Amino acid sequence: MLHIENLAAEIDGKLILNGISLTVPRGEVHAIMGPNGSGKSTLAYVLSGRDGYTVTGGTATFNGQDLLAMEPEARAAAGLFLAFQYPVELPGVGNANFLRTARNAQHRLRGEPELDAVQFLKLARAELKKLSMSDDMLRRNVNVGFSGGEKKRNEVLQMAILRPEFALLDETDSGLDIDALKIVAEGVNALRGPNFSALVITHYQRLLDYIAPDCVHVLAGGRIIRSGGPELALELEANGYVGMVADAA
Amino acid sequence: MSVLTYSGIEGFFARFAALRPHLPGDVAARDRAAAILRVQGLPSIRDEAWKYTNLRPVAQASFQSAATADPSALLARLPQLNAPRLVMVDGHYLATLSTLPPQVKCLPFAAAPKFGTLANPACEPMVALNTMLAEDGFSLTIPANIDAGLIVIAHLTTAARSTHPRHAITLEEGARASLLEIYLGEGAYLHNPVTEIHIGEGANLTHARLQDEAEEGFHLGTIYARIAAHSIYDSFSLNIGARLSRTELHASLAGAHATAHLNAAQILTGVQHADFTTIVSHDAPHGASRQTVKNALAGRSRGVFQGKIHVARGAQKTDGYQMNQALLLSPDAEIDSKPQLEIYADDVKCSHGATIGELDADQLFYLRSRGVPESQARGMLVRAFLSDAIDMVANGASRAVLETAVELWWQRHPA
Ligand SMILES: Nc1ncnc2c1ncn2[C@@H]1O[C@H](COP(=O)(O)OP(=O)(O)OP(=O)(O)O)[C@@H](O)[C@H]1O
Ligand SMILES: [Mg+2]
Repeated sequence: MLHIENLAAEIDGKLILNGISLTVPRGEVHAIMGPNGSGKSTLAYVLSGRDGYTVTGGTATFNGQDLLAMEPEARAAAGLFLAFQYPVELPGVGNANFLRTARNAQHRLRGEPELDAVQFLKLARAELKKLSMSDDMLRRNVNVGFSGGEKKRNEVLQMAILRPEFALLDETDSGLDIDALKIVAEGVNALRGPNFSALVITHYQRLLDYIAPDCVHVLAGGRIIRSGGPELALELEANGYVGMVADAA
Repeated sequence: MSVLTYSGIEGFFARFAALRPHLPGDVAARDRAAAILRVQGLPSIRDEAWKYTNLRPVAQASFQSAATADPSALLARLPQLNAPRLVMVDGHYLATLSTLPPQVKCLPFAAAPKFGTLANPACEPMVALNTMLAEDGFSLTIPANIDAGLIVIAHLTTAARSTHPRHAITLEEGARASLLEIYLGEGAYLHNPVTEIHIGEGANLTHARLQDEAEEGFHLGTIYARIAAHSIYDSFSLNIGARLSRTELHASLAGAHATAHLNAAQILTGVQHADFTTIVSHDAPHGASRQTVKNALAGRSRGVFQGKIHVARGAQKTDGYQMNQALLLSPDAEIDSKPQLEIYADDVKCSHGATIGELDADQLFYLRSRGVPESQARGMLVRAFLSDAIDMVANGASRAVLETAVELWWQRHPA
């Protein structure tokens, strides 16, 4: 499904990703952990096509397509979704309009019929309910005045409505209270199945109690320095990164 | 009358000479306006009030005196609203196309030619030109304490002519109305209207304007509003049409506790030029004026906002606010803005602010990462930028017409 090989990328001449190789097969959920500034968000942005990065080497393919050659909207239509670490506020854009526009834009890019307002509202209300969000969230401007936790839930709402094949979750658990954490995890688990994969970036083992990963990777200094099973997260929780980074050096 | 092709200031005088024997009303007022224009000429960028708007393209264009065509294609472009309407075609009031409610009085200028007291040809060359050449127009009166609801006023120009209509709108005491003026046309014409608005005590006028003149057209309009005590003038101008336009809006808060909203949005592309100029005079105490003016500029277009707030000595407790925001969608677009505060009272609150920016790259990426194609995402962000101004249009039907106009504009000119 997602296959990254030797990916290197820089910002303003500064090397941030330094040869990342990673494969997430169809149906699996992998976690990425790593110290602040190690390049986790950069990896997520490069995969979703944000401007400002220069890929200096390596490849990333998604269902066999060359991901790095696609426009961001084409990546989304192909089934890739990024839950932002810092969701962006869109003053003047209503959340319902935003969600419906996004969903229908993807339908159009894939040549599928669009949802009308009634169909969409029905779908949105059902998903809101699952995430314990109030209908009021649809009427407000996208992320404007949302609390930190509300922004994260809104990311999960978008994911639920867009139904991606592959989700990149960048610290979606940060800033969430315990109940919200469970709700968000349920949102992810609801999508799990043989045709859904995810790469979950997190600092906390706690999230992985709810979203059991098939595999855990440790990213440090722009490289994957270790990969293993769920027990790797427990090891990090106990010992931190310092020893592991030193061993890898 | 034979067909006359005329161009430049001398052309306007030739047109006046040919029309003079047939013009309705006070010919002395026409002659005075002509004399003023002889001395002053058309404004040039050396005139402080016109330094950002160069009328050379207007002076170089030529117009035809008898040019007129079938307005049905333009009529078909009007929004289908369940509201009475007043239709002007090539500067003439057409009663046959108009459907006004009985409680509203409307007279064509040609039938009751009266120049009002607000517009002064001596100060405004465009008013002088209009006074010299006005053939027709409308005079609309909403009687005291009547709520006229929504009235659509369509100004249709069908051919490459110059039209100089003279309009008057009067709301008597306690009257209410929502006007939606729409300017449409075809060809390389000049539309030079003057509108005088009197708002009586306790009256409330919502005035939405959609200037969607032809791509090759020129629009040089001047509006005067006199706002009496405890009355409200709530105006919004959306300027998306014309190759070159200037909307000059003079509002006098003449009575205590008067309110004026002079909001506007301009969306331009190509080589379009649009100038929104306001002159707000606080002439009485406890007045409030609010202006939110937005320019979204693509291509090599140029937007101008000049906003003057004058607070007279006796106008204590005045509250004046002016916000001017520009969004540059291309490196070749340009915004010129000039706020001007002249305050002669000591107990007033006046503020103004200005911002210039580009589309936010993070917002654009956020939308695209959700599958919204770039051009559509840009359009959403431009509409979002304009929304807090357009949201202020109180009449829902008018607001919907303006929102649709913005949406169609974007579909025609994705930038
Ligand atoms: N626009 C930028 N210009 C310069 N440096 C940048 C830019 N964006 C990111 N960086 C640098 O790239 C490195 C990796 O940043 P990134 O955001 O990917 O880290 P992260 O692993 O997500 O960290 P965190 O756990 O704190 O979210 C950091 O050193 C950061 O300062
Ligand atoms: Mg990060």
